Amino acid sequence: MADTKKFLYVNRKAPYGTIYALESLEVVLIGAAFEQDVSLAFLDDGVFQLTKGQKTDGIGMKNFSATFRALGDYDVNKFYVEKESLEERGLTEADLQEITYEDENDDWAEKPSIRFVTRAEMADIMSEQDVVLSF
Amino acid sequence: MKIGVVVNEGPYTHQAADSAYRFVKAALEKGHEVSRVFFYHDGVNVATRLTIPPQDERHIQKNWSALATEHGVDLVVCIAAAQRRGILDANEANRQGKDADNLAEGFRISGLGQLIEMGVQTDRLVVFGD
Repeated sequence: MADTKKFLYVNRKAPYGTIYALESLEVVLIGAAFEQDVSLAFLDDGVFQLTKGQKTDGIGMKNFSATFRALGDYDVNKFYVEKESLEERGLTEADLQEITYEDENDDWAEKPSIRFVTRAEMADIMSEQDVVLSF
Repeated sequence: MKIGVVVNEGPYTHQAADSAYRFVKAALEKGHEVSRVFFYHDGVNVATRLTIPPQDERHIQKNWSALATEHGVDLVVCIAAAQRRGILDANEANRQGKDADNLAEGFRISGLGQLIEMGVQTDRLVVFGD
């Protein structure tokens, strides 16, 4: 596509207390059909969206955490997670679910989609984008 | 410059819909093109024509509708977000078997693709939210 832009979806909210996370994911899924260069950022409470072992039966809401693992099939495989946000919430990299994609440029080798970056690196990532959608 | 705008919060509870409105007006007055405004999350609630604020308060929905009729700004309401919150046009109300519709003049209901397309086609995308 001639009009390829760098899209960054910024996720800053925990997954179920508000609808932002779910409706952000809906934009990512629709946007995947537009063949843009897509990245996701997770910072502040947004890092809770990627935690493993989510169970939502008790609150009557749909658990959409598995959808993140499917995004690799739509060429959405750059998940930037801010290290400071994890640390501030007592989380470690091991608390997040494993999300991978198959690299078509490397004989479909399975690679991790999540990249852990510092707050300063996140600022650089944001400044490189054409379109930043913050949720 | 070609500008796209996103409104992510509902009227009166949050200033986002007011700030976006003022931004769009100012941009138009400066001679910029505002090709589309996309209403998402609770922002879709701006588009109900059943809003009746007290007479001495601003009428957010009517302000936006006037922008559409006077300046041709394309006001797009996300269909998935709208249906969750009970915002329907006549077609959709009919299709869903509902006995009423409430989409205000100047707004249209469409899909999230319109948001992505706006991001691709504009020089700047400005998001108003929490």
